[in-house]
Amino acid sequence: MSTLAIQTNASQTTRFEKNTATREPNWVKYLLLGISLSFFALFLLLPLIAVFTEALRKGLETYWLAFTDADALSAIALTLTAALISVPLNLIFGVAAAWAITKFEFKGKQILITFIDLPFSISPVIVGLSLVLVFGVHGWFGEWLVANDIKVIFALPGIVLATIFVTFPFVARELIPLMQAQGKEEEEASIVLGAKGWQTFWYVTLPNIKWGLLYGVILCNARAMGEFGAVSVVSGHIRGETNTLPLHVEILYNEYNFSAAFAVASLLALLALLTLVIKSYVEHKISKKSNA
Amino acid sequence: MSINVKNIHKQFGEFTALDNISLDFPSGELVALLGPSGCGKTTLLRIIAGLEQADHGDIILDGENASNTHVRDRQVGFVFQHYALFKHMTIFDNVAFGLRMKPKAQRPSESKIREKVFSLLQLVQLDWLADRFPAQLSGGQRQRIALARALAVEPRVLLLDEPFGALDAKVRKELRRWLRKLHDELHITSIFVTHDQEEALEVADRVVLMDHGKVEQVGTPEAVYNHPQTPFVYSFLGSVNVFHGRAEQEYLKVGSEQLRHHNESYGHAKEVFAFARPHELKIVDNSHHEGVSARISRILSFGIETKVELDGLNENSGQHYEVHLSQQQREAQSLLVGQEIKLVPSTLALFPREAVALQPSEKEG
Repeated sequence: MSTLAIQTNASQTTRFEKNTATREPNWVKYLLLGISLSFFALFLLLPLIAVFTEALRKGLETYWLAFTDADALSAIALTLTAALISVPLNLIFGVAAAWAITKFEFKGKQILITFIDLPFSISPVIVGLSLVLVFGVHGWFGEWLVANDIKVIFALPGIVLATIFVTFPFVARELIPLMQAQGKEEEEASIVLGAKGWQTFWYVTLPNIKWGLLYGVILCNARAMGEFGAVSVVSGHIRGETNTLPLHVEILYNEYNFSAAFAVASLLALLALLTLVIKSYVEHKISKKSNA
Repeated sequence: MSINVKNIHKQFGEFTALDNISLDFPSGELVALLGPSGCGKTTLLRIIAGLEQADHGDIILDGENASNTHVRDRQVGFVFQHYALFKHMTIFDNVAFGLRMKPKAQRPSESKIREKVFSLLQLVQLDWLADRFPAQLSGGQRQRIALARALAVEPRVLLLDEPFGALDAKVRKELRRWLRKLHDELHITSIFVTHDQEEALEVADRVVLMDHGKVEQVGTPEAVYNHPQTPFVYSFLGSVNVFHGRAEQEYLKVGSEQLRHHNESYGHAKEVFAFARPHELKIVDNSHHEGVSARISRILSFGIETKVELDGLNENSGQHYEVHLSQQQREAQSLLVGQEIKLVPSTLALFPREAVALQPSEKEG
């Protein structure tokens, strides 16, 4: 997945458009525009509108009640906790992996790059199942965990593990191309000037990658909060205890409590929209920086 | 501080970047490492700095073996071809970086740092740019800042990797003169890498010519230019005419023609390369019994000298020659494009024709 910021280079497209030699006939332009816009409206915009209309169908009071419900509050708390633990961990891992891959030569580099992509290509359900196989009561470490009274599956640790797994690639994937493009020269200059390794990282490397890093963290966070499949398998759906927001939505929906289900869903949708806003801001910052 | 390089060898897979190099750089000199790209000059510079590790051999700084000393403890100043300024810092912060990174015990106070940075910025004549960012500076200004930054930590030696390589011709010339002046003021032992012979000859006290990971010749600019010791140096420094022939007694047989040479030691029949600079060739009439036949293809007569370009004839077709004539010589002879004449060298330098590559290699360095 390449999450590099898409940049619309206005001046270039206008020049391309104005020139009769390079311009496509108008019908091609409008056909392509029509296809992409109607696709967007039908598959992206419509469901989003549906979520909010359904959520507000029975009035604001019911909408509000859906959040103040104890189970909903605990789901929100759990989702935030899981994100709060897994995102920083993946931040550290992502920076370390990107650093190792771009600044060092070592055997097995290609394998590491492939493994970073694994969570993208594997179904989240399988991730959940594999965690159950390893940490479940009948799993490899099951007996030991029971003997020591540690609960992983059907508890917070399992949810965090599943979240970490699925959000594993975001930060690293974002940083690797960026750090590759920047090369090693500034770091070399820093070391020659007498800076220690951590000083070089803190004063030279980090400022150069901070926007890319933030971008990766935002995407990582969005996925951490929205993950359903892997978490669903390991959570056990215990109300008020191991239900995250997406799982809570499912439960409410299965109980035909549609307005509450959509209300909670709208919260997730709002979170996604907020993520998009921050993401656009960061993209804007990145493009401004690269134009400087 | 002196630098001694002892038996340095560096291999990149199959490619030998440095083949058992030993060199001495005396204290206070400005030395140029000159050679075509891929000759190993940048690798050697990076090994001296500690940015690269030699396969074997030693780097001795000031009489002390520094081969296993970490880069940050070698106290070298390094200037990169593409400046490598810290993009997110102001010019002031860039120059102050080395001082601010010192361990607390050795770190000067912020006011001392300020003083030092401004004196360095004045030295490179750019103190008015202190608050700008690198992106707002021209290439020449950036390279001067990079130099100021390297000097801030008071390095014992200064290493410059193609310092003017990314600049346009005019700025390059200016900076060259400026670097020489700066060196005359500071007298810090400096090595700079370049592939530009003019730059090396103009700026350096001594020139080290390298090719294919080997040192070809070391000497003052005058010595290496006037007395090249190898075919490579001959063909790399300045333009030169080459004759492929066989040395016999006092004559050099070039195909069916012959030239007189004055190297008695080449008495036996030997395949040789013979070199002559453009001003060492005379153009004589076609009826002359000595000389190599050629046809004039172009006459360029701007400037003080007239440049005559010629194409070889008979066995030498495909060969090109160049002759430089003074204005008087030019006026004494009537030369026309297309005219067939003979070339006679006033002196010839002969080298046995073994498997010497005359063309510089084209690998990346």
